[in-house]
Amino acid sequence: VVALTPRLAFAKPEEVKAEIDKLYGAREMTTGKLKLDMPEIAENGLVVPINIEVESPMTEADYVKSVSVFAEGNPFPRVLTYRFTPACGRAAASLRMRLAQTQNVIAVAETSTGQLYTARSEVKVTIGGCGG
Amino acid sequence: MATKTSARVRVPPKAKKDEIIEVKTLVSHEMESGVRKDASGKIVPRDIINTFTAAFNGAVVFEADWFPSISANPYQAFFFKAKESGEFTFTWKDDNGQETTAKAKLEVA
Repeated sequence: VVALTPRLAFAKPEEVKAEIDKLYGAREMTTGKLKLDMPEIAENGLVVPINIEVESPMTEADYVKSVSVFAEGNPFPRVLTYRFTPACGRAAASLRMRLAQTQNVIAVAETSTGQLYTARSEVKVTIGGCGG
Repeated sequence: MATKTSARVRVPPKAKKDEIIEVKTLVSHEMESGVRKDASGKIVPRDIINTFTAAFNGAVVFEADWFPSISANPYQAFFFKAKESGEFTFTWKDDNGQETTAKAKLEVA
């Protein structure tokens, strides 16, 4: 019955974990090199700025291949995936996202050498930005 | 989406060789999440831009897959290391197959 009803529930931390395991396998991740910069409090959940930056030489031999972002309290766990190339020079990007409620946002970066980095940001949302 | 999308990009017109420049893009799109209900209580079908691609002189340099959590009128900024003069082509594709493109020239001294 649950599977047939339209999906209006919010993602859960376990769903984000399952999505990360599906994309990266249960591989070891370290913190520190990936920065996920978001406001602590978002007054408007419709447009919450995110800045992502990964420390990397961005050379052909060692660069950041991808960064994915996940939201623990939105209707869908996946937010985005970036694919970088050495031509970027810097593995950094910024955009604006929706947050339906106060929640954790999680980012995972993968380098061309197979390293995985992760970062997490908790954002308190005053006015939610999903559904409507 | 019935309305035509339009895109704006900001790239510095000139850069020194090996200078890392920031590329800023903005495209108009409702980014209908597929979870919102209309006045009659029916779910409005999902229609989002799902892919953004930036190429320089024909080679893809940066790509983004977007999901419904991306805000309406998506803004995307990223970086690029200037090596030679040329032209960027930016492409946004939505769920209905509509494509929006924009171009920007870069001169490397």
